[in-house]
Amino acid sequence: MFHKSKAALAAFAASTILATSAFASELVINFDDLNPGPKKGFEDAVEAFKAANPDINVTVNINDREAHKTAIRNFLSADPPDVTSWYPGNRMGPFVDAGLFEPIDDLWAAEGLDKDMAAIQPTMTRNGKIWGVPYSYYQWGIYYRKDIFDKLGLDEPTTWDGLLSACGTLRDAGVTPFTIGTKFLWTAAGVFDYINLRTNGYEVHNDLTAGKIKYTDPRIVKTMENWAQMIDECGFVENHTSMSWQDAIAPFANGDAAMYVMGNFSVDGYKNAGLTNDQIDYFQFPEITPGIPMAEEAPADAFFIPSGAKNKDEARKFLAFIAQPEIQSKWNETIGQLPPNSRATVSDDKFIQEGFAVVSNAAGLAQFYDRDAPAEMAKAGMEGFQKFMVDTSTMMEVLEELDRVQAEVYK
Amino acid sequence: MAYADPPSRKSWIARNRLSIAPWLFLSPALIFFAIYVVIPIFQSLSISLYEWNGLSDAVYVGFRNYVDLWDDPKFWISLKNNVIWLVLYMLAVPLGLAVALFLNQTVPGMRFYKSMFFFPFVISQVVVGLIFGWFYNPDFGIVGAIWKSIYCEEVINIVGNVSVRCSRTPPDILGDPRFATYGIIFAGLWPQVAYCMILYLTGLNNVSSEQIEAGRLDGAKGWRMLRHVVLPQLWPATFLAVVVTVIGALRSFDMIAIMTQGGPFGSTNVLSYYMFETALSEYGFRYGYGSAIATVLFFIMLIFISFFLWQMYKEERRG
Repeated sequence: MFHKSKAALAAFAASTILATSAFASELVINFDDLNPGPKKGFEDAVEAFKAANPDINVTVNINDREAHKTAIRNFLSADPPDVTSWYPGNRMGPFVDAGLFEPIDDLWAAEGLDKDMAAIQPTMTRNGKIWGVPYSYYQWGIYYRKDIFDKLGLDEPTTWDGLLSACGTLRDAGVTPFTIGTKFLWTAAGVFDYINLRTNGYEVHNDLTAGKIKYTDPRIVKTMENWAQMIDECGFVENHTSMSWQDAIAPFANGDAAMYVMGNFSVDGYKNAGLTNDQIDYFQFPEITPGIPMAEEAPADAFFIPSGAKNKDEARKFLAFIAQPEIQSKWNETIGQLPPNSRATVSDDKFIQEGFAVVSNAAGLAQFYDRDAPAEMAKAGMEGFQKFMVDTSTMMEVLEELDRVQAEVYK
Repeated sequence: MAYADPPSRKSWIARNRLSIAPWLFLSPALIFFAIYVVIPIFQSLSISLYEWNGLSDAVYVGFRNYVDLWDDPKFWISLKNNVIWLVLYMLAVPLGLAVALFLNQTVPGMRFYKSMFFFPFVISQVVVGLIFGWFYNPDFGIVGAIWKSIYCEEVINIVGNVSVRCSRTPPDILGDPRFATYGIIFAGLWPQVAYCMILYLTGLNNVSSEQIEAGRLDGAKGWRMLRHVVLPQLWPATFLAVVVTVIGALRSFDMIAIMTQGGPFGSTNVLSYYMFETALSEYGFRYGYGSAIATVLFFIMLIFISFFLWQMYKEERRG
């Protein structure tokens, strides 16, 4: 009864507001990035959508990324928009399982996205259905100071031994090989993911984050041993536990550290710190176990339709619109990332070009530890990685604790 | 002519005016206290028996959340840190007393000095946390700067920029699990000492000068004067200072959220922050588990609160 009267009231309110534009339909979009670049990319796409669909009255709510992560839990059930941005992989799991997102297999089929976005389809899929349309993704890898490498006569390493020997040369020259800031934990997970992907491959990454293998499994122990070797023979900057990823750019920009395992969004940070395109470059994380196909970290950002959306037809129109190659090309040109649509064109920025080459040949695309693993597992895992980085002798203690959490989370 | 009416003609309200009035005036407060405090306590107690992520249906699990807590090392770390907070935060009481005694003089401009000492209590805990976070920063903070002047020298690095090389690396107070909790407590003590100081300053105003005089005639001075003449008269201030300090220690949250987010690797968690982390942060949303932590914290607080209430009750009966 209450709901009915509320709906009637809403309808009445809506009708008074819409009295002037009686035939227009509505579309409400919640987006989650206030940073100038991503915001502009999104707003340009919305403008293009408006121009193509003048009869749709688009309302946009842009929120801060962290605030969005909390708000989405409320608005999905209380006051769902028609379209919302969110992350694929396990991060969409709770909402999919609670029936708060709308499956859009038909839209993928109708727009031919199963062909154009085939590479990313697995991460958009859960329980056999497809739940969203990605608009952007970006590569991870090792960003390094090209000027320092040149000065020391180093080449981009392609093997683990190559990396370790490059580290030796850097250390002899008084340069700390790697910078990192683990205050907010996830940066450590990036390093873990890569060492694990290179030591054991994509399947093991997926099985681990899906809870199918234990952390004390010999394969994961091997990963941690490789990591311990990297910490001993390469080494990270001191005091990384009290630095954010942005703070960690400082030693990199000053020339005290030479490499950074990071995502492509960080390039902006290097340039803001005064580095030029000539001083920095990118290489793919080198091979560890020979013969294992190279999978990459390439987290995607996507749009979803809440199952409580009021204007689902318009929402589908919008998702189909932003899946188009032209829109994705322009959007990702603006934000300096990669378009998931394989028919889209890639910006000629050197990092984007190199990254595109890397992910195009990848044996698989991982979403990142904290998106592939359930949230509670990810939190415990990343704290464990941080602890391990501070003191590698805690390795087995950390792994056993993670086994305990794993048993609890995946029951 | 109303007074002439026979009693039976009076309305029920008129007859019971005296007993109704207090309840009428109390009712707004009671209603809000019930809605915002009492009912949520019971809701929280009942949620702690469920497993619930806020989206799917809640599953009744009995006391399993509490069993899990017992096995959770992070819970014990948090509890241990709560105890450390309680013990060290108590330093605010004697320190506040010392500052108050020091400032309880008649010197020109004393009001100014007093307000300067009181200042840290006025600024928000969040700001205090941020400022101390900078102090402790090994790269650009005051701790790092002093350390570098002793143990480090400037060198020119490979790309020609100025860098520092240290014979001993500067301590990373908030990044080192051995020091981080103490670093936060130290920052927390700064405003808390100010709070206790102001409580004692007002208390000192009420210390009877006749008793001081009498004590002096009897030859009491210094420590004995303080111990036997001044302190007993400051008992109400001491009681209040202890109460606010205990509560302050148990609800320490803002400083931790600002300075370390419970890190490095959970070593600075306290129960309140761990509850927030499991129930409401980006990686949490285990409402049942969070409520179980809240329940434990609630009962710990209940011990102290009942003790304080009992003390106050005794006081009132004596008075």
